[in-house]
This record gives sequence, structure tokens and C-alpha cells, in this order.
Amino acid sequence: MAGKPEYGLLIDYEYCTGCYTCQVACAQEYQWPPGTAGIQVLEVVQKLPNDKAYLAFLPFPTELCILCAPRTKKGLEPACVKHCMAGCMKYGPLEDLSKELGNKPRMVLWSPR
Amino acid sequence: MSTRNVQIVRTTTWSAGPGCHGGCGVLAHVKDGKLVKLEGDPDHPWNQGRLCARALAMTQYVDHPMRLRRPLKRIGERGEGQWGEISWDEAFDLIEQRMKTIRQDFGPESVIFSMGTGRDIGPWICMLAYAYGSPNVMFALSGNACYTPRFAALDTVQGDYCVFDAGQWLPDRYDDPRFEVPACMIVWGYNIPATCPDNLFGHWIVDLMKRGTKIISIDPRLSWFASRAEHWLRLRPGTDPALAMGFLNVIINEDLYDDQFLEKWTNAAHLIREDTGKLLRESDVVEGGSRDNFMAWDDATDQAAVWDAGLVEYKRPDVNPALSGDCEVRLVDGTTAACRTVWDAFRTEVDKYPLDEVEEITGVPARDIAQAARFYARSKPASIHWGVPIDMTPAVSPLCQAIAALWALTGNLDVPGGNVISRFAFDAVAYALPGAEGVIKLKSKEQDKPRIGADRYGPFNKFIWRCQTDLALQQIFTGEPYPIKGLWIQTCNLLAGIGLDPKKWRDALKQLDFIVAVDLFMNPTTQYADVVLPAASFLEKEGVRSWWVPLQSINKAISMDECRSDVEINFELARRFDPDFKWGTTHELFDDIIKPSGLTFEELQQKGWAFPPEGHPSCPYRRHEKGLLRADNKPGFQTPTGRFELYSTLREDWGLEPMPHHEEPPFTPVSRPELAKDYPLILSTGRRSPAFFHSEHRMIPWLRQIEPSPMVEIHPDTAAEHGIDNGEWVWVENWMGRSKFKAKVTLVVPPWMVMATHGWWFPEKPGAEPGLYDVWKSNINQLIPMNAQGKDGLGAPIKHLLCKIYKVGGREE
Repeated sequence: MAGKPEYGLLIDYEYCTGCYTCQVACAQEYQWPPGTAGIQVLEVVQKLPNDKAYLAFLPFPTELCILCAPRTKKGLEPACVKHCMAGCMKYGPLEDLSKELGNKPRMVLWSPR
Repeated sequence: MSTRNVQIVRTTTWSAGPGCHGGCGVLAHVKDGKLVKLEGDPDHPWNQGRLCARALAMTQYVDHPMRLRRPLKRIGERGEGQWGEISWDEAFDLIEQRMKTIRQDFGPESVIFSMGTGRDIGPWICMLAYAYGSPNVMFALSGNACYTPRFAALDTVQGDYCVFDAGQWLPDRYDDPRFEVPACMIVWGYNIPATCPDNLFGHWIVDLMKRGTKIISIDPRLSWFASRAEHWLRLRPGTDPALAMGFLNVIINEDLYDDQFLEKWTNAAHLIREDTGKLLRESDVVEGGSRDNFMAWDDATDQAAVWDAGLVEYKRPDVNPALSGDCEVRLVDGTTAACRTVWDAFRTEVDKYPLDEVEEITGVPARDIAQAARFYARSKPASIHWGVPIDMTPAVSPLCQAIAALWALTGNLDVPGGNVISRFAFDAVAYALPGAEGVIKLKSKEQDKPRIGADRYGPFNKFIWRCQTDLALQQIFTGEPYPIKGLWIQTCNLLAGIGLDPKKWRDALKQLDFIVAVDLFMNPTTQYADVVLPAASFLEKEGVRSWWVPLQSINKAISMDECRSDVEINFELARRFDPDFKWGTTHELFDDIIKPSGLTFEELQQKGWAFPPEGHPSCPYRRHEKGLLRADNKPGFQTPTGRFELYSTLREDWGLEPMPHHEEPPFTPVSRPELAKDYPLILSTGRRSPAFFHSEHRMIPWLRQIEPSPMVEIHPDTAAEHGIDNGEWVWVENWMGRSKFKAKVTLVVPPWMVMATHGWWFPEKPGAEPGLYDVWKSNINQLIPMNAQGKDGLGAPIKHLLCKIYKVGGREE
């Protein structure tokens, strides 16, 4: 797939709970061996001033992410987006998603390919 | 993967597989009889297309090379790991013969039927035990400390269980106009990523947060909720009752309670005698009066008035009951008794918990408690979701009473967006659960008499139809008052998961004459069985599910060798044990269970799920006002007074404190300062993992990869103090024993506590003794004693032990 990226994944990491659904959904879809997947969940424990901390998770698309082209061609959502239990992942054209990016804080837009 | 010839089967998750308490709609993609994919059912109102990691890993589960596929008979000594394959007929014949011999020689009660977490097994294990004639069905955790105590405690004070409202009763869920989004939700000892305990979908709370619900998190760990909470109360584990009393103190003394609910729906006005400290009964006051009726002081006539519990109203019209104040009541013997109201007594109890003292006990700053309590009380509607840590303390029942008083006094019981009474869909109940009688029951009360613990603990005679687990384990060793000879274990990993002090359980297994284990994989516990039967996963079976709403069917998608479902296995044996066994086929049994819905099992399979209609007792809201909760259709609750009981009539009858209060747990720095000198850290266990359900899934590659090793969470300061680096193996030790874990150095835990994961064994290691899949290496239950249940036989100190830590191979070793 040559050319500029057109599609992406919008992640609302305020609501990512670290349930690992995306990772296993991807492994199931493409039968990846364990430890391999198109998306990986990162845990980020943030140390804040005054003995405070914040626990966050972030789904990170890997080099294997093909944005579920075989599924999206059929009008299906990517496997990770479809199953995300927190409903914090969205697939779509980068142009549309980049507009949504400004709707609330704690969002990130991935353009994996 | 080619999608040609793929057949899609719609079914419901429950039990073996994801391991949870079920309820998700799924679409199983099946090709040539094999599962090729599992997806969430987008049309299902429960999960709306979503699905967890454990369900999504089912293709690795159903066809796993370690799956049990045929019945096995032990060949060598127990624990040697020598097995021979036998046919189902041989297995059934052998079990029938051995168990009938035990029944003949020692009586049916000498066989215990043991189960684990809330599975699609409860009904079928009861069916088998009852057909055999034994009342001894055991949930194998000390103090029966999972869900049952909360159930029993709520049935005691409000007659029904309740859960947070996410519109799960309504087909259109959040969009139904009857539903309201809670303005505030207290998440009490519960963490989201592991998702779905207690017949709820965990991420419903996230759905609510997105719709505006603000969170109060009560948790010693910096959980996902704690990070996102308006108020986070980091309490010392086991001090929850004191915290709840602190909340009540603020809400009552700052007049933030719902006085209409208090007056109309609680027993606040009932009188307590000063001389006996007990409720004043009609029989105390009126010749021939009933002990089941209660008294209040009528301000209108300035005399005592009888509360008729049967009519659920005062015997005289126009009674204006006093909520507060002392009075003298003339008794039937001519003397008088000074009395005060339940409300005054309740307030006195609550006033024992000023916030500075609550701060002292819990470690939570008084100001934070006050702010959180005000926020909860002022938010309308508001709900509370509690996790299993509530059960995992010996004072579970007084704790539940305190928390229940919170939702009742704030007017949040059975209102939209509040704590909603949860009944089995269509009141279709399979088996005896707290507050419900199912179609599967013992033949007579006589058969129930020898049930272990029933003679000792009140709740075990009113709501809980299991044996008391700590007493059951003791009885295996003592043989008193009667010997235990056999054990039927159905997907219940006593040694690696549910059994505290697990070496004692191992010793108990060795004492028994005959053990059957039903499971999907060999595990440390099955090593001690005489016969092992291969069970089906949820994809390989049929079933019904009425645990809350909706009513659902489980539909068979695939077969796996000779694996059979729990219901089929138990059905065949039940027929052999009981000549009067009621049902001819499992479909007849399912039809019988769901009869109140008006559907047959086949009709339900066609529909997939069914919601009870408005006006049905299993459809909310405000059912106490509409007379939908009681069998007599009178407004009120199914309690001895017909009211929400701030002062519990049943607990008074059982000789227990009738009102909520704090009890310091048995092994804390406060209760055992001398132990704390040697073991200065609080040991908490059982934090949930999205990859595993208790002791399951360690052999599923996609899941094990998420959490490859047993972990103990240690605060960076504490780790530094002990010279422990992230990822190093450490010993966690106390007076009971020690276990090995990998250090996860993290700010998630406070410096004074470590959190050790539970349920660990290593399926990749040899199963025969002495290895037992390395079950003793990292089994945290070795540090937790049995026999520390609460006064009512419930609860266990699983979240608040003491320990020390040191590096494996380090100086201290």
C-alpha cells in the first residue's frame, strides 16, 4: 500500500482500561503467535507531584498493523476497534478523526501506515 | 482464512472458557466443526458487540493439546499421575458403584460436592448432590467469601439483592427513557480491566462515566478508577466498615438523608427495649400478641402502636410513628419497659464513628471522607458498586449492612440510576440461592439437617444452602459429627485457586476414599482424583442463564472429542442415584427452570434472550412501592418487618449485633502488633488480571503472554528499602509459609502494602507429585489461614494479612 496514509485509529486514552482485548482480538484475527500482534497495550504509571500518580493505558499499533484492511474492505471495523470493551478506539479517515481529536482531552491519533 | 462454509452460531458466554460469570452474547464462527473465530454479538444488549481477551482467545482454548478429552481412571497411587482412558459408561458405572457403597455404609451426607466461582455448575452440582441425597454442596472458599455473604447480608436487611444500574434490565439500555445516568458512583474495592464479576459487565461503568457519572473510588491501590475519581479514598485494607460508618455519620449528622424513605420504608420507628436491648414485640405488650409483630410509639395518640408484619402496616389507622425519643411501654406482665426507637439506636451507633476516629482506623483523611460522603449524598441518583473484597473480610455482614444503609438512606434503592434490586429474570430460578428457591431442591427438610455448619450459623439456615467451608475441611480430618468419605469436585481447583492453606486441602484429599474431578484441563487438584471427567466449554454445550436479566440460552456451537457438559454429566449420574429423578431429558429440565417466562428452551434458543416486561417483579423500578417484591403483593420488602431494616430482626434472632459496626480484622498491624513486628507489611492478594480468571488460563498462550509470571506489586520506596529491583524474584513470607513472586515495582500500591497475585500454577511443569505443576512455588494462599471466618460463618481475611519480603538468593534468605 503505497502513498500517503489515509486512515487511522483515534484512541481516547482517558478510557482505555488496559483490558488487552485489542491485542488478543488482533492475534485471533490474524492468528499471530503469542507476543506478536498488530497492537500492543502499554501501561503508563505517571508519577505526579505531591505523592500523586495516575494510571493510564495506551493501545499502540505495531509494525504489523494493517488497519484490518481485509475487514474494512468488507465494511467491518478493525478487530480491535470492534471488540474494545471501553469503546475508546475509533477507525476512520484521518481527516475526519483529526477533527474529532479536538473534541476532548487525552486523545491520540495513530496513523500506522 | 477463507470465510466460505463458515457457519455462525449465536450463543452466550458462561463458565468454562472465559471463566467469568457470563452474560456476553457471542457469535461463534465454525468451519468443518471447528471453531475458527469468536466475536462479540453486536445485537446483544449485554455487551453490544464487545468481548474480553479471554473470550477472544477461545480458539486456543477449545482445541488446546492439554484439554481433557476422555474420562480417565487413576492407575497408580494418588498423585502419581498415572491414568488410563475409560469409556463414559465405564466411568459412570464405576462412580455409581463407589458412591452407592459410600452412601450405604456412611449415609449420603458423607460425600461433599465442591464447586468454585459462579459458574453454570451451581444448579447441576446441586441436582447431583440432592439426587444422591447429600445436602453438602460446598463453595470451597473459606468463609464462603465470594458473593454469598453479600447476598445473604442484603437478604437479611432488604429482602433482595441489588446492583448498580446500567439499564441492563431494559432492551434499549441507556437509551430507554426509564433509565437515568447516575450522577455519582462509588466503586468500592473493584478494578475494571478484569471486567466481569457478579453477573455484571465491568465496562458498563465506563459507559456510565462517558455519560457523565463521577466516581468515588475506595481502594488501597491506585486502580484505574482511583486515577479517574473525583474522590479517591485510599483506606487500609479491612477497615471498610469504619469508613462506611464514617459516611453514615456525615450523611446523618449533616441531614443529607432522604427522610421520606427513612419514615416510610425502614423500621426506624420500631422500638427497642432498654432492659433487654432487643426489639419490643407485640407479644411483650399484648396478651396473645405475636412475636413477629413489632411496636412503635404513636405520637398521635401518645401510646404504643402495633406494627403488623403480616399486613405490613400498623394495626390501627392513622398512626403517626415517632422516629426519635424515649418512651415507657406497659408490658403484658404489668411492668413497664423504657424503650427507644431503632433510629435513635442507629444514630447512637453511627455517632461512635466521628471522622477523626475513622481517619485513625482507616488512614483516610477525615476531610476527604466528609467531602466524598457529601458528594455521594447530594448526587441524585447515585449508586454503589462493590467488589469481592467486601466478602473477603470476616466482618462482611456488618459491612454490607452499613453500605446498604447508605443507598437506602440516600433514597437510591431501586430507583433509576441507583442500586437496583436484581432478581432472576422472570423469577426463573434453577437452584437454591440466597432468597430464592429453585426447581432443583432437596426432597425434604430432613435431608438438609446434616448440612455442615447449618446448626451453628444463622445465615446458613435462612439464605445459604451450602456447607460452611471451614467446618467442612475440619470435618474431613475429625470425622465429627460424621465421617466424610467422598468428594465430587467440579471445575474447582482447591490446591491452586480457591483453597486457603492449600497444603491442608491436599492432606484432606489424601484422607478421602473416593474423589471424582470434573474439569477441562488437568491441574494440581485433579491429580488426587480417582476418576477425572472431561467437561465441555461453553461453546460445546447447551444451557439456560437467568442470573439477573435478560434470560438467555447457551447454544452448542461445536463438539470436542468426548467432552460432555456439566449438566449432562450430572444428569446421567443423578438419574442413576435417584429412582424418582424428575426429568427425562436435559431439555425437560431447562423447560422446567424457565417455565415462569412462558417460553420453552427451544423457543428461548430461537430468541437468544428475553427481557421481563414492565410490571414483572424482575423488571425495575420502585418495586417496593408497587408491591412487586413480596409474595403477598403488599408494598414493602421481603424482610421480617416488611421494611428495610436498619436494625436487623434476623441478626437479633441469630444472637449477632443487629446494627452495622466496625470489627478490626484478625491479622492486621492493629489487631496483632506483635506479629507486625516480624511481618511489617500488609499483604493483600487477589488483584484481578484481564488475562486470567482465578487459576485458569495459564496454559493459553495469548493470555499467558500478557502476564507470564506471578507478580507481587511493591512500592518503589519499599522495594528500594529491601534492595529489590523491578522484575526480580522475591519471597513473600509470613508465619504460615512463603511463596515466590516477581517484583513489579509500581506506584500503584502504597509503601505499607504489597499486592500478590493469586491462582498461580504452571501447567507447563510436571503434574505428578511432588511437582504438582509447581503449585507450591507461587501460591499466595499458603500465607492465608482457614478458620478465620466471621461470627456468622462468613467472610475470610484474604485482603489483609501481614508479611515480609526479601530477595530470592539475597542476603536475608
